[in-house]
Amino acid sequence: MTDQKIIELINSSLIEEFELETEKMTPEATIYEDLGLDSLDIVDMVVVLENAFRFKIREEDGIRDIRTLGDIHRFVIGKKQSLEKKGD
Amino acid sequence: MKKRVVITGLGSVSPFGRGTEALVHGLADGRSSVRQAPDLGRIGGLRPRVAATVKGIDPKEIPRKYRRSMSAMSIFAFFAAQEALAQAGLCVGQWGGGRLGVALGSTVGSTQASEDFFKDFFTDHSLERMRSTLFFQIMNHSVAANVAQALEITGRLLAPASACSTGCQAIGYGFEMVSCGRQEMMLCGGADELHPLTVATFDILNAASSGFNDNPCKTPRPFDRDRDGMVCAEGAGVVLLESLDSALSRGAGIVAEIIGFATLSDTGNIAHPDPAVMERCMRLALEDAGLTPSQAHYVNAHATGTPQGDVAECAAIAQVFGGSIPVSSFKGHLGHAMAASGSLELIAALELARRNLLVPTLNLENIDPLCSAVCHPRALQISPISVLVKNSFALGGVNSTLVVRRYAND
Repeated sequence: MTDQKIIELINSSLIEEFELETEKMTPEATIYEDLGLDSLDIVDMVVVLENAFRFKIREEDGIRDIRTLGDIHRFVIGKKQSLEKKGD
Repeated sequence: MKKRVVITGLGSVSPFGRGTEALVHGLADGRSSVRQAPDLGRIGGLRPRVAATVKGIDPKEIPRKYRRSMSAMSIFAFFAAQEALAQAGLCVGQWGGGRLGVALGSTVGSTQASEDFFKDFFTDHSLERMRSTLFFQIMNHSVAANVAQALEITGRLLAPASACSTGCQAIGYGFEMVSCGRQEMMLCGGADELHPLTVATFDILNAASSGFNDNPCKTPRPFDRDRDGMVCAEGAGVVLLESLDSALSRGAGIVAEIIGFATLSDTGNIAHPDPAVMERCMRLALEDAGLTPSQAHYVNAHATGTPQGDVAECAAIAQVFGGSIPVSSFKGHLGHAMAASGSLELIAALELARRNLLVPTLNLENIDPLCSAVCHPRALQISPISVLVKNSFALGGVNSTLVVRRYAND
């Protein structure tokens, strides 16, 4: 899966789950302020991403550093790459 | 000193649609909201194929922040509460400082949400796919909590759960809180959503109608010789109660005054009502209202259309009021909306009384001789009703009765 495909899948999954507006889905958008999500949504976001990408990220420390949509993109791309390396 | 308690807002979501006007029209027109429900067929062994469900609701009118923790019953209750507050002339922000509380109940938390969770859970016994908002749909005070959150209600929060007595009890408990000055205003009532397992509960007890599956509008048939059980429904009925002082100071329109309430436990049998205990409940409510039975003009019965319940209630009403008081049940039109039934039926009875209309029991064609000790109106009547009595009786042996009168500045 290319990075662009990963980003598209993240965005479409979050748009569907949290009824977000497509035009707000910029990498700079902050999770809490710009996208309007809260702590309950973050719990569900992990479930949505785990379901979309078939990996486990609930216990990953990196999740706590996520502030923007771009951070999510980078986190997921990194996770996918590390899993692919392990699979090599 | 006890405060007088009045109703200043009514709100309904019923199988006739959204709003009290739709509910009242359905009843006054003598229509049935019961339809075929083929989805019930997915439960093995379940006999009924009829139900009265709510249609035409758009949950997306509720912001996602609040909607995400709501199952259908909370959505129904939210719209009903919104209508009641609007009729009372109140807007968000006008009930700050804990002036307004809620007493809203349901039979159980969302069975659909429970089913969805366990269906997934039993595939591998993992909780990793569980959404954060699931618990808020399943908890017993889901309706009260969700409505309070969505409408920013900061007073007392009570969630009575007494099955079919819930709506009536919630109003009664709200009445007592306002009456004793603990709360200036209370949003009260009940809500429930239909799930096939709700129908199953009654079918297991041989209390659900299944003899009219091909002719749904003909069931349930309260007090009728050919009745064969109740029909499950869903919806929400919510009233805004407030002290008379509060209503007068705001210049609010007053719908009616609650003057009496009683609730008690029938310990004879958890499923079968005792007419003597029903009678005692009605007498206590009248005593609370300071009225004699002859001062009441109409009884809106619980009467669900079961062979035993209708007979017991008729006998009890006849013992208290004699044989001439008009009695009718709205379950022939609405089915049995469970926790919502008491409040929805009270709302309808109040609004019909305001229009001087007395609605007869739908599908009552041949009065069961065992139900003939009271007066059953056979057609829509123009009739002034100043004092009405509302009964709700529940599985589990919970009886409740409200006495409500037309407001008089006396």
